[in-house]
Amino acid sequence: MSYLPYAVAGWIFLVGIAGIATSKNLIHLAVCLTVTQSSSYVLLLSVGYVKHGVAPIFLGTKLGTTAVDPVVQALTLTDVVVSVAVIGLILALALDAHRLSGTVDPDGIADVSG
Amino acid sequence: MMVLGPGLLGLGSLFAWAMAGLPAFGDYHGPYGFVLNRVVVPLRHTTNVVMGTTFDVRGVDTMGEEFILYAAVVGVTLLLRDETRSKQAERRTRRLPNDTARLVGIAMVGGGLLVGLWLMAFGYITPGGGFQGGVLAAGAILLLYVVGSHRDYRPFRDVHALDPLESLGSGGYVIVGLAALASGTAFLTNLFGLGTTGTLLSGGSIAILNWASAIAVTCAMVLLFAEFLETYVVPLEPEDSGS
Repeated sequence: MSYLPYAVAGWIFLVGIAGIATSKNLIHLAVCLTVTQSSSYVLLLSVGYVKHGVAPIFLGTKLGTTAVDPVVQALTLTDVVVSVAVIGLILALALDAHRLSGTVDPDGIADVSG
Repeated sequence: MMVLGPGLLGLGSLFAWAMAGLPAFGDYHGPYGFVLNRVVVPLRHTTNVVMGTTFDVRGVDTMGEEFILYAAVVGVTLLLRDETRSKQAERRTRRLPNDTARLVGIAMVGGGLLVGLWLMAFGYITPGGGFQGGVLAAGAILLLYVVGSHRDYRPFRDVHALDPLESLGSGGYVIVGLAALASGTAFLTNLFGLGTTGTLLSGGSIAILNWASAIAVTCAMVLLFAEFLETYVVPLEPEDSGS
Protein backbone atom coordinates (compact mmCIF):
# COMPACT_ATOMS: atom_id res chain seq x y z
CA MET A 1 0.00 0.00 0.00
CA SER A 2 2.80 2.39 0.76
CA TYR A 3 3.71 2.62 -2.94
CA LEU A 4 0.15 3.15 -4.14
CA PRO A 5 0.42 6.94 -4.78
CA TYR A 6 3.49 6.36 -6.98
CA ALA A 7 1.63 3.66 -8.89
CA VAL A 8 -1.31 6.05 -9.38
CA ALA A 9 1.08 8.68 -10.77
CA GLY A 10 2.61 6.13 -13.16
CA TRP A 11 -0.80 4.93 -14.28
CA ILE A 12 -2.04 8.49 -14.99
CA PHE A 13 1.16 9.16 -16.96
CA LEU A 14 0.84 6.02 -19.11
CA VAL A 15 -2.88 6.56 -19.75
CA GLY A 16 -2.14 10.12 -20.85
CA ILE A 17 0.67 9.00 -23.18
CA ALA A 18 -1.57 6.31 -24.69
CA GLY A 19 -4.24 8.96 -25.26
CA ILE A 20 -1.79 11.30 -26.99
CA ALA A 21 -0.44 8.55 -29.22
CA THR A 22 -3.84 7.32 -30.37
CA SER A 23 -5.52 10.75 -30.55
CA LYS A 24 -7.49 11.64 -33.65
CA ASN A 25 -8.33 15.15 -32.52
CA LEU A 26 -6.02 18.00 -31.51
CA ILE A 27 -8.32 19.18 -28.71
CA HIS A 28 -8.43 15.62 -27.34
CA LEU A 29 -4.66 15.51 -27.64
CA ALA A 30 -4.33 18.70 -25.59
CA VAL A 31 -6.57 17.26 -22.87
CA CYS A 32 -4.50 14.04 -22.86
CA LEU A 33 -1.37 16.12 -22.39
CA THR A 34 -2.99 17.73 -19.34
CA VAL A 35 -3.79 14.25 -17.99
CA THR A 36 -0.15 13.23 -18.53
CA GLN A 37 1.06 16.34 -16.75
CA SER A 38 -1.33 15.71 -13.83
CA SER A 39 0.71 12.63 -12.99
CA SER A 40 3.59 14.92 -12.04
CA TYR A 41 1.38 16.67 -9.45
CA VAL A 42 0.52 13.34 -7.85
CA LEU A 43 4.14 12.22 -7.92
CA LEU A 44 5.54 15.49 -6.51
CA LEU A 45 3.00 15.68 -3.71
CA SER A 46 3.41 12.03 -2.74
CA VAL A 47 7.21 12.30 -2.71
CA GLY A 48 6.96 15.21 -0.25
CA TYR A 49 4.42 13.61 2.06
CA VAL A 50 5.53 12.98 5.62
CA LYS A 51 3.58 10.49 7.70
CA HIS A 52 1.14 12.34 10.00
CA GLY A 53 2.47 15.63 8.64
CA VAL A 54 0.25 18.73 8.57
CA ALA A 55 0.09 21.39 5.84
CA PRO A 56 3.17 23.65 5.97
CA ILE A 57 1.18 26.65 7.16
CA PHE A 58 2.03 27.73 10.67
CA LEU A 59 -0.87 29.99 11.56
CA GLY A 60 -2.44 28.37 14.59
CA THR A 61 -0.06 25.44 14.25
CA LYS A 62 2.93 25.37 16.57
CA LEU A 63 6.26 25.89 14.82
CA GLY A 64 8.16 22.61 14.78
CA THR A 65 5.08 20.47 14.20
CA THR A 66 5.84 17.77 11.61
CA ALA A 67 4.69 19.19 8.28
CA VAL A 68 4.93 17.98 4.70
CA ASP A 69 7.60 19.29 2.31
CA PRO A 70 6.75 22.84 1.11
CA VAL A 71 9.28 22.64 -1.76
CA VAL A 72 7.35 20.06 -3.75
CA GLN A 73 4.12 21.96 -3.11
CA ALA A 74 5.67 25.11 -4.56
CA LEU A 75 6.91 23.03 -7.51
CA THR A 76 3.41 21.65 -8.05
CA LEU A 77 2.10 25.21 -8.11
CA THR A 78 4.61 26.04 -10.85
CA ASP A 79 3.62 22.88 -12.66
CA VAL A 80 -0.08 23.78 -12.69
CA VAL A 81 0.55 27.31 -13.96
CA VAL A 82 2.86 26.10 -16.72
CA SER A 83 0.34 23.43 -17.67
CA VAL A 84 -2.41 26.04 -18.09
CA ALA A 85 -0.16 28.30 -20.16
CA VAL A 86 0.95 25.46 -22.41
CA ILE A 87 -2.58 24.17 -22.92
CA GLY A 88 -3.67 27.68 -23.95
CA LEU A 89 -0.89 27.85 -26.53
CA ILE A 90 -1.65 24.36 -27.86
CA LEU A 91 -5.34 25.14 -28.24
CA ALA A 92 -4.48 28.36 -30.08
CA LEU A 93 -2.23 26.35 -32.41
CA ALA A 94 -5.05 23.81 -32.89
CA LEU A 95 -7.41 26.63 -33.90
CA ASP A 96 -4.83 27.88 -36.37
CA ALA A 97 -4.27 24.39 -37.74
CA HIS A 98 -8.02 24.02 -38.22
CA ARG A 99 -8.20 27.33 -40.06
CA LEU A 100 -5.37 26.34 -42.39
CA SER A 101 -6.24 22.71 -43.05
CA GLY A 102 -9.92 22.42 -42.14
CA THR A 103 -9.28 19.47 -39.84
CA VAL A 104 -8.28 18.83 -36.23
CA ASP A 105 -7.00 15.32 -36.99
CA PRO A 106 -3.21 15.32 -36.41
CA ASP A 107 -2.78 12.80 -39.24
CA GLY A 108 -4.74 14.98 -41.67
CA ILE A 109 -2.72 18.10 -40.91
CA ALA A 110 0.50 16.42 -41.98
CA ASP A 111 -0.71 16.53 -45.59
CA VAL A 112 -1.05 20.30 -45.64
CA SER A 113 2.06 22.18 -46.71
CA GLY A 114 2.95 25.85 -46.38
CA MET B 1 -0.45 0.37 -32.18
CA MET B 2 2.34 -2.14 -32.81
CA VAL B 3 4.86 0.27 -31.35
CA LEU B 4 2.65 1.82 -28.68
CA GLY B 5 1.85 -1.35 -26.69
CA PRO B 6 5.41 -2.56 -26.14
CA GLY B 7 6.53 1.04 -25.67
CA LEU B 8 4.04 1.65 -22.89
CA LEU B 9 4.92 -1.68 -21.33
CA GLY B 10 8.62 -0.78 -21.39
CA LEU B 11 7.99 2.70 -20.01
CA GLY B 12 5.74 1.27 -17.31
CA SER B 13 8.36 -1.26 -16.23
CA LEU B 14 11.08 1.39 -16.11
CA PHE B 15 8.79 3.61 -14.07
CA ALA B 16 7.99 0.77 -11.66
CA TRP B 17 11.71 0.04 -11.34
CA ALA B 18 12.44 3.68 -10.56
CA MET B 19 9.60 3.93 -8.04
CA ALA B 20 10.79 0.79 -6.26
CA GLY B 21 13.96 2.71 -5.38
CA LEU B 22 12.07 5.57 -3.74
CA PRO B 23 11.41 5.62 0.00
CA ALA B 24 7.91 4.35 0.85
CA PHE B 25 5.04 6.82 0.83
CA GLY B 26 5.18 9.05 3.91
CA ASP B 27 8.76 8.04 4.73
CA TYR B 28 10.28 11.39 3.81
CA HIS B 29 14.06 11.83 3.98
CA GLY B 30 14.77 15.08 2.11
CA PRO B 31 16.30 17.69 4.42
CA TYR B 32 14.97 20.79 2.63
CA GLY B 33 11.34 20.37 3.63
CA PHE B 34 12.19 20.02 7.31
CA VAL B 35 14.69 22.89 7.19
CA LEU B 36 12.26 25.26 5.43
CA ASN B 37 9.42 24.39 7.79
CA ARG B 38 11.71 25.40 10.66
CA VAL B 39 13.37 28.51 9.30
CA VAL B 40 10.90 30.28 6.97
CA VAL B 41 8.56 31.57 9.71
CA PRO B 42 11.34 32.97 11.96
CA LEU B 43 13.38 34.34 9.04
CA ARG B 44 10.64 35.67 6.75
CA HIS B 45 7.60 36.09 9.02
CA THR B 46 5.30 34.40 6.47
CA THR B 47 3.15 31.72 8.06
CA ASN B 48 2.43 30.07 4.69
CA VAL B 49 5.75 28.32 4.13
CA VAL B 50 4.77 27.30 0.57
CA MET B 51 4.47 30.95 -0.45
CA GLY B 52 7.61 31.83 1.50
CA THR B 53 9.37 29.18 -0.57
CA THR B 54 7.78 30.26 -3.85
CA PHE B 55 8.48 33.98 -3.56
CA ASP B 56 11.65 34.04 -1.51
CA VAL B 57 13.67 30.84 -1.19
CA ARG B 58 13.13 29.95 -4.86
CA GLY B 59 12.01 33.39 -6.04
CA VAL B 60 14.15 33.30 -9.17
CA ASP B 61 12.45 30.09 -10.27
CA THR B 62 9.06 31.72 -9.85
CA MET B 63 10.22 34.62 -11.99
CA GLY B 64 11.07 32.15 -14.75
CA GLU B 65 7.66 30.57 -14.30
CA GLU B 66 5.97 33.95 -14.69
CA PHE B 67 7.82 34.46 -17.92
CA ILE B 68 6.63 31.08 -19.20
CA LEU B 69 3.10 32.29 -18.58
CA TYR B 70 3.90 35.63 -20.19
CA ALA B 71 5.43 33.96 -23.26
CA ALA B 72 2.42 31.67 -23.62
CA VAL B 73 0.01 34.61 -23.50
CA VAL B 74 2.10 36.51 -26.05
CA GLY B 75 2.05 33.41 -28.26
CA VAL B 76 -1.72 32.99 -28.03
CA THR B 77 -2.24 36.70 -28.67
CA LEU B 78 0.01 36.65 -31.72
CA LEU B 79 -1.81 33.64 -33.12
CA LEU B 80 -5.37 34.72 -32.41
CA ARG B 81 -5.70 38.48 -32.00
CA ASP B 82 -7.60 40.13 -34.78
CA GLU B 83 -8.71 43.75 -34.31
CA THR B 84 -11.56 43.61 -36.84
CA ARG B 85 -13.02 40.58 -35.16
CA SER B 86 -13.08 42.21 -31.73
CA LYS B 87 -14.97 45.19 -33.17
CA GLN B 88 -17.49 42.80 -34.63
CA ALA B 89 -17.79 41.10 -31.25
CA GLU B 90 -18.80 44.34 -29.57
CA ARG B 91 -21.89 44.58 -31.74
CA ARG B 92 -23.12 41.12 -30.80
CA THR B 93 -25.02 40.53 -27.58
CA ARG B 94 -26.47 37.47 -25.98
CA ARG B 95 -28.63 36.90 -22.92
CA LEU B 96 -29.03 33.83 -20.77
CA PRO B 97 -32.76 33.06 -21.10
CA ASN B 98 -33.31 31.85 -17.53
CA ASP B 99 -33.51 34.62 -14.90
CA THR B 100 -32.73 32.32 -11.97
CA ALA B 101 -29.60 31.06 -13.71
CA ARG B 102 -28.57 34.67 -14.34
CA LEU B 103 -29.16 35.66 -10.73
CA VAL B 104 -27.24 32.70 -9.30
CA GLY B 105 -24.50 33.29 -11.85
CA ILE B 106 -24.13 36.95 -10.93
CA ALA B 107 -23.94 36.05 -7.23
CA MET B 108 -21.21 33.56 -8.13
CA VAL B 109 -19.29 36.23 -10.02
CA GLY B 110 -19.28 38.41 -6.90
CA GLY B 111 -18.39 35.51 -4.65
CA GLY B 112 -15.65 34.30 -6.98
CA LEU B 113 -14.04 37.72 -7.19
CA LEU B 114 -14.20 38.12 -3.42
CA VAL B 115 -12.65 34.71 -2.69
CA GLY B 116 -10.06 35.37 -5.39
CA LEU B 117 -9.07 38.68 -3.81
CA TRP B 118 -8.94 37.04 -0.37
CA LEU B 119 -6.66 34.29 -1.65
CA MET B 120 -4.37 36.92 -3.20
CA ALA B 121 -4.29 39.26 -0.20
CA PHE B 122 -3.79 36.62 2.49
CA GLY B 123 -1.78 34.28 0.28
CA TYR B 124 1.37 34.38 2.38
CA ILE B 125 -0.51 33.97 5.68
CA THR B 126 -3.19 31.33 5.06
CA PRO B 127 -3.47 28.81 2.20
CA GLY B 128 -3.62 30.67 -1.09
CA GLY B 129 -1.40 33.02 -3.03
CA GLY B 130 -1.24 35.25 -6.07
CA PHE B 131 -1.37 32.41 -8.57
CA GLN B 132 -4.41 30.66 -7.11
CA GLY B 133 -6.29 33.89 -6.40
CA GLY B 134 -5.52 35.20 -9.88
CA VAL B 135 -6.94 32.13 -11.58
CA LEU B 136 -10.08 32.28 -9.43
CA ALA B 137 -10.65 35.99 -10.08
CA ALA B 138 -10.16 35.46 -13.82
CA GLY B 139 -12.61 32.56 -13.66
CA ALA B 140 -15.19 34.84 -12.03
CA ILE B 141 -14.72 37.36 -14.83
CA LEU B 142 -15.20 34.60 -17.40
CA LEU B 143 -18.39 33.61 -15.57
CA LEU B 144 -19.62 37.16 -16.15
CA TYR B 145 -19.42 36.38 -19.85
CA VAL B 146 -21.39 33.16 -19.35
CA VAL B 147 -24.23 34.70 -17.35
CA GLY B 148 -24.25 38.18 -18.80
CA SER B 149 -23.88 39.53 -22.26
CA HIS B 150 -20.72 40.29 -24.14
CA ARG B 151 -21.42 43.93 -23.34
CA ASP B 152 -21.27 43.35 -19.55
CA TYR B 153 -18.04 41.49 -19.97
CA ARG B 154 -16.48 43.95 -22.41
CA PRO B 155 -14.88 46.35 -19.90
CA PHE B 156 -13.00 43.42 -18.37
CA ARG B 157 -11.38 42.31 -21.57
CA ASP B 158 -10.18 45.70 -22.76
CA VAL B 159 -6.76 44.85 -24.17
CA HIS B 160 -5.61 48.46 -23.79
CA ALA B 161 -5.85 47.99 -20.03
CA LEU B 162 -4.93 44.29 -19.84
CA ASP B 163 -1.75 44.41 -21.91
CA PRO B 164 -0.01 47.05 -19.74
CA LEU B 165 -1.32 45.45 -16.52
CA GLU B 166 0.05 42.06 -17.57
CA SER B 167 3.41 43.66 -18.26
CA LEU B 168 3.25 45.50 -14.93
CA GLY B 169 2.72 42.22 -13.11
CA SER B 170 5.57 40.40 -14.80
CA GLY B 171 7.83 43.44 -14.91
CA GLY B 172 7.05 44.35 -11.29
CA TYR B 173 8.56 41.06 -10.20
CA VAL B 174 11.81 41.86 -11.98
CA ILE B 175 11.80 45.43 -10.60
CA VAL B 176 11.58 44.13 -7.02
CA GLY B 177 14.54 41.87 -7.83
CA LEU B 178 16.51 44.72 -9.39
CA ALA B 179 15.74 46.99 -6.42
CA ALA B 180 17.58 44.50 -4.22
CA LEU B 181 20.46 44.51 -6.70
CA ALA B 182 20.55 48.33 -6.70
CA SER B 183 20.69 48.44 -2.91
CA GLY B 184 23.85 46.38 -2.99
CA THR B 185 22.58 42.88 -2.18
CA ALA B 186 21.86 39.87 -4.37
CA PHE B 187 19.00 39.79 -6.90
CA LEU B 188 15.58 39.27 -5.23
CA THR B 189 16.95 39.53 -1.68
CA ASN B 190 14.10 40.28 0.70
CA LEU B 191 14.38 44.02 1.16
CA PHE B 192 11.51 45.56 3.03
CA GLY B 193 10.68 45.29 6.70
CA LEU B 194 9.56 41.81 7.65
CA GLY B 195 6.66 43.07 9.78
CA THR B 196 4.63 41.11 12.30
CA THR B 197 4.17 37.38 11.75
CA GLY B 198 0.63 36.43 10.81
CA THR B 199 -0.50 39.89 9.64
CA LEU B 200 -0.88 41.41 6.16
CA LEU B 201 2.20 43.54 6.92
CA SER B 202 4.60 40.61 6.95
CA GLY B 203 7.04 38.97 4.61
CA GLY B 204 8.64 42.13 3.13
CA SER B 205 9.24 41.57 -0.58
CA ILE B 206 7.10 38.42 -0.51
CA ALA B 207 3.93 40.52 -0.19
CA ILE B 208 4.87 42.69 -3.19
CA LEU B 209 5.95 39.72 -5.31
CA ASN B 210 2.70 37.98 -4.39
CA TRP B 211 0.67 40.94 -5.66
CA ALA B 212 2.80 41.28 -8.79
CA SER B 213 2.13 37.67 -9.70
CA ALA B 214 -1.55 38.01 -8.74
CA ILE B 215 -1.89 40.85 -11.28
CA ALA B 216 0.14 39.00 -13.89
CA VAL B 217 -1.84 35.77 -13.53
CA THR B 218 -5.27 37.46 -13.48
CA CYS B 219 -4.48 39.47 -16.60
CA ALA B 220 -2.89 36.51 -18.34
CA MET B 221 -5.95 34.33 -17.76
CA VAL B 222 -8.44 37.05 -18.75
CA LEU B 223 -6.39 37.75 -21.89
CA LEU B 224 -6.31 34.04 -22.78
CA PHE B 225 -10.09 33.75 -22.31
CA ALA B 226 -10.72 36.93 -24.27
CA GLU B 227 -8.61 35.88 -27.24
CA PHE B 228 -10.29 32.46 -27.40
CA LEU B 229 -13.79 33.84 -26.96
CA GLU B 230 -13.35 36.33 -29.75
CA THR B 231 -11.85 33.80 -32.13
CA TYR B 232 -14.04 30.86 -31.44
CA VAL B 233 -17.23 31.59 -29.54
CA VAL B 234 -18.29 34.93 -30.97
CA PRO B 235 -18.53 33.94 -34.66
CA LEU B 236 -20.90 31.12 -33.69
CA GLU B 237 -23.36 33.35 -31.88
CA PRO B 238 -26.42 34.54 -33.76
CA GLU B 239 -26.95 38.30 -34.12
CA ASP B 240 -29.23 39.69 -31.45
CA SER B 241 -32.15 41.16 -33.36
CA GLY B 242 -33.37 43.14 -30.34
CA SER B 243 -30.31 45.36 -29.97
